[in-house]
Amino acid sequence: MVEKQFKVIEETGIHARPATVIVQKAGKFNSDIQIEYKGKKVNLKSIMGVMSLGISFGSDIKIIAEGSDEQEALQGIEETLTKEGLAE
Amino acid sequence: MSFLSGIAASSGIAIAKAYRLVEPDLSFSKTNVDDADKEIGRFQTVLSRAKQELEEIRDRAKSELGADKAAIFEAHLLVLSDPELVSPIEDQIKTEKVNAEFALNNTADMFITMFEQMDNEYMKERAADIRDVTKRVLSHLLGVQIVNLSMISEETIIVAEDLTPSDTAQLNRKYVKAFTTNIGGRTSHSAIMARSMEIPAVVGTKTATAEIKNGDVIIVDGLKGEVHINPSQEVIEQYLQEQKRYEQQKAEWAKLVNERTVSADGLHVELAANIGTPKDLEGVINNGGEAVGLYRTEFLYMGRNELPSEEEQFESYKAVLEGMNGKPVVVRTLDIGGDKELPYLDLPKEMNPFLGFRAIRLCLEEQGIFRTQLRALLRASSFGNLKIMFPMIATLDEFRAAKSLLEEEKQKLMGEGIAVSDKIELGIMVEIPSTAILADQFAKEVDFFSIGTNDLIQYTMAADRMNQRVSYLYQPYSPSILRLVKMVIDAAHKEGKWAGMCGEMAGDETAIPLLLGLGLDEFSMSATSILKARSQILRLSKKEMEDLAEKALQMSTTSQVVELVKAATEKDLLTV
Repeated sequence: MVEKQFKVIEETGIHARPATVIVQKAGKFNSDIQIEYKGKKVNLKSIMGVMSLGISFGSDIKIIAEGSDEQEALQGIEETLTKEGLAE
Repeated sequence: MSFLSGIAASSGIAIAKAYRLVEPDLSFSKTNVDDADKEIGRFQTVLSRAKQELEEIRDRAKSELGADKAAIFEAHLLVLSDPELVSPIEDQIKTEKVNAEFALNNTADMFITMFEQMDNEYMKERAADIRDVTKRVLSHLLGVQIVNLSMISEETIIVAEDLTPSDTAQLNRKYVKAFTTNIGGRTSHSAIMARSMEIPAVVGTKTATAEIKNGDVIIVDGLKGEVHINPSQEVIEQYLQEQKRYEQQKAEWAKLVNERTVSADGLHVELAANIGTPKDLEGVINNGGEAVGLYRTEFLYMGRNELPSEEEQFESYKAVLEGMNGKPVVVRTLDIGGDKELPYLDLPKEMNPFLGFRAIRLCLEEQGIFRTQLRALLRASSFGNLKIMFPMIATLDEFRAAKSLLEEEKQKLMGEGIAVSDKIELGIMVEIPSTAILADQFAKEVDFFSIGTNDLIQYTMAADRMNQRVSYLYQPYSPSILRLVKMVIDAAHKEGKWAGMCGEMAGDETAIPLLLGLGLDEFSMSATSILKARSQILRLSKKEMEDLAEKALQMSTTSQVVELVKAATEKDLLTV
């Protein structure tokens, strides 16, 4: 299992388009990937799960990956988060 | 073959296949299945078919409507692939041996309720997305076709109960040749949209959706207000001739595109166009509009999930101002409420929305929304000839309050070093009788009036214009309305101001002689009515129309006024 902490820098938080982008990315990996926000964990491959968190600007999130391609998964998601200017 | 009659809402003739826009029947009952694995298999097949369909819709939306309109389908696709949605459904089929329809609906309902209960407008809206997606999958499970306006790919006539703004936003202008609806009148949204798209429409047919089947060949005659269903070859021939005649007539009018609108005895009046989006400008230019007399900004706010940003509004206003190349553009500030709702504002339902919290009343309360629009307008003002108009003003205090907000934003912008025109005229819509009656006082403070007849008539007659049973009270030629119009025009002229009209009445061939006689300075109408109105005014004498209007004001009923105008202008109208 691998995990990493991020801070949300997208002003409108993570819903709508940003959520779409990371869920699409997560769907490309075999590993189980979860996102933790304010003590709640949801499946990062679930658009409804991610949106239901209502992640806001400036908050801390944790990405947890577990499975055959967990390293690539975490790295891929980190790339998307930074490239899209969502979190750092 | 059969035949329907309705209200001619937008002129022209179209012949094409019918496309019914009706809610499909998606009812089902809960049943037990013997073979759960087989049922799951059926569900998965349907799911992938629905995904494939959505991908096609997304691709088409992307190429024809732009990436922003396609984004919604991207989100829908993700919902369909969501493991949190799919696995509970499959689990339920397996453990409870229920049919897929039931399991799908059950799980979707859970999510819909969850999103609806969230304390965030955006999230609440997501419930609608899930509902949409569920409907699509359900329709495939049940083998029922659901309509999709953006997928239309051949020449089509839309047949519907009524068209909502979000329906019309999805319409592909290339293929939709006409509308016909069960309900509505000349001022309903579908009618206004048809005129702005310059396609024929017949509304208020009462039974169009009951009598017309998908794929029927129909003729929509927007000149006479008739719809022919599966007409004989003979009738089609006749209409092809009629269509040709209409095109010739239009070609005659087209010669007047660059003419000024001057009465037979030499008085110039301004013929302006009503628009909803920058896209409508093309029609204004092609039809020789001398100005934009009403830019309805609410379309910027509709068919979306959040308020438009200042930047986005600025770009639209700037595009219209630049497109008109120095000609006047009257922009009406946000007129929402009444029949125009914005779901994301989450306003409480009202018993009497037309008499309720709408337009300027809402803007003076929700100042953040209003100030953003004012800033966008002020920033755009240096790109053309901008005039700003406030809707639904009932008292001078409201006008003063709106004006002072505008002044505040102007000072702020100038403090930030942003260029703002110092020649912006500031006017009001006159659509509430109290304002028409007190027009002499208003005229001292405003730069212009624009009479909004659709609302002025409904408020004067106390008759809801959405209610068909009282539609006989929509009487633009009533002497009572004419007297109010006269009060407004006279009050403006006394203070050296101008008076225009931006309701349907301004483009009406029976009203034009009277309005010319009453001294109206600016007539703002659907772009497609401009050339016809110009050809009419060129043949009318202002002096004679003054006498006619004077007589009309002394009549006691609407039908007497109509008779009077007919008798006076008969020979003219025959040559139109």
